[in-house]
Amino acid sequence: MAQTTPSAQTKPTRRDPRQVARLILPYAVLILLTVVFVAPLLWMFSTSLKPNFQTTQFPPNWIPQDFSGEGYSTILTTTTQTPVLRWFINSLVAATAHAALVLVTASMAAYALARMNFRGKNVLFALIISTLFIPQFVFLMPNYLIVDSFGWLDTLLAIIVPSAAGAFGVFFLRQFYLSLPQELEEAALIDGANRYQIFLRIILPISKAPLATLAVLSFLTNWNDFLWPVYVLLSPASQTLPPGLAILQGAYNTNYTVIMAGGVLASVPVLILYLFAQRYIIQGVSRSGLKG
Amino acid sequence: MATQGIEQPHVQQPPGRKPSGSGRKPTDASPLTPFVFLAPYLLLFLIFIVIPAVFGIWISLHTWDPLLPAKPWVGLQNYTDLFASNSTTAGPFWNSMEATGKFTLYSVPLLVVIPLVIALILNQQIRGIQFFRAMYFAPYVLGVAVIGILWRFLLDPNIGLVNYYLGVLGLEKVPWITALPWAWVSLVGVTVWWTLGFNAVIYLAGLQDIDPELYNAAKVDGANRWQRFVNVTIPGLRPVFVFVVTVTILASANMFGQSYIITQGAPGEETTTAIIYIAETGLRQFNMGAAAAMSYMLALALLIVSVVNFAVFRNRGD
Repeated sequence: MAQTTPSAQTKPTRRDPRQVARLILPYAVLILLTVVFVAPLLWMFSTSLKPNFQTTQFPPNWIPQDFSGEGYSTILTTTTQTPVLRWFINSLVAATAHAALVLVTASMAAYALARMNFRGKNVLFALIISTLFIPQFVFLMPNYLIVDSFGWLDTLLAIIVPSAAGAFGVFFLRQFYLSLPQELEEAALIDGANRYQIFLRIILPISKAPLATLAVLSFLTNWNDFLWPVYVLLSPASQTLPPGLAILQGAYNTNYTVIMAGGVLASVPVLILYLFAQRYIIQGVSRSGLKG
Repeated sequence: MATQGIEQPHVQQPPGRKPSGSGRKPTDASPLTPFVFLAPYLLLFLIFIVIPAVFGIWISLHTWDPLLPAKPWVGLQNYTDLFASNSTTAGPFWNSMEATGKFTLYSVPLLVVIPLVIALILNQQIRGIQFFRAMYFAPYVLGVAVIGILWRFLLDPNIGLVNYYLGVLGLEKVPWITALPWAWVSLVGVTVWWTLGFNAVIYLAGLQDIDPELYNAAKVDGANRWQRFVNVTIPGLRPVFVFVVTVTILASANMFGQSYIITQGAPGEETTTAIIYIAETGLRQFNMGAAAAMSYMLALALLIVSVVNFAVFRNRGD
């Protein structure tokens, strides 16, 4: 894809100071902005490695004077009111199960909506898509009661399942399935394959990229979800990390080493995911944006 | 980017198979097959979206405390109470609506303009630009809880880094969390820092979709940089603007975590947003009928804002 550069410039042939400035200035701006976005995260990381008494010393030490694991050892060994390790596992289980549930249900539904003919298809799709425009907060009260009636309050099922009903995954995968050539299935149908075989052996294997994008976005959203878990998870042991961090902040008040260690623990998995799946995440975001 | 109904004019039809009316889709042996594929999702959709969409209205017409056996029908009283001067919920509810309104008003313009500037910076063809894009987007992949506890620490009036560096510059300490207007400056600033990458990525995709020929043509016509920006870039981004404004307004109306963690609604209840008040009323005090009614009032406000938003953009298009 050709990028447009209004300021397309020819290569400097000699080192005219103005041309040097034109080369350096964009980088100066870019680096300054990088500091703005990254420095707070580095401060969190740095604080989590200090002994607590050094976390509020000024001038600030961006690199800890003394390294200390007290923050991490505190959060990883507490088991009663703030079992952070347990929260970490809860978050991991919930986000993984949620992403899997979204992948299975959305890919099947999107396949039917994109590649099959049946009565009422367009009405059904319109109904599903229209719910994307209902703000989530109107579901708070009724879904709380529904989850309660299933006995799911204070369990991870409340975090895993209800949010998988969102229409985004279906919408996103349907767009991809629509773009596939028709003869893909025709050839297979002539060979006597049925829809289930086609779906499993042809459609899913060529959908790896959009499925990966959806999996990563679903995992991230669920991992970071805050409001809903704050109200449906009640006991200390059943928390996920985001509501857990709020509890940790309350419990440890000014022990910034511990609080920041909790923040790092909640950040590392998503940052690693971001490192490896950056392309999927950014493309997924921008594509959903343009088509939304 | 038309994806629907891609035509395949060169595909040879296998002998004996006629294209089936609409779109030449293969016909299925069983008419039930599509519903087998749809069933798992539709089950979720029914239970957690369709039913609650109706059930929520039902709740709002009752005094609904899940801990009490009786849930008396009250008609529209939960709604009329929000406009009654003698009700206990009206005052705090409208205060929280005002807080959400203020937050939206302050944050949306910034989140429409600043990410555009960032996207223009990122749209340069220079080496390493992908790296910078990744850095600017990084805060967005973190959750509001992480962002909240981190900035609560950074903005602490006494031991926070922000006030320390202001001091280095010879400036007074700022009560970032405990006084107005600073609490809003903090919440809006943190939100811009956190979510700017999302809007910038949307803009960037929009910028790269603008036909380069348009820039060349404008150049030939003697348009300078600014004129090309105003006459090519801005019109080219129109659909993206609509999307960015809509999504940002929606996100602002949903603001919860930043206030919940950073300011905890303070000072007073000034930064207690509508979502905080609704959730606390319904899910802590279990006054769920009133909370459901409030959530519909907030949805209605959001609908009005969206209609105005679309009307404005449509008029500008003519």
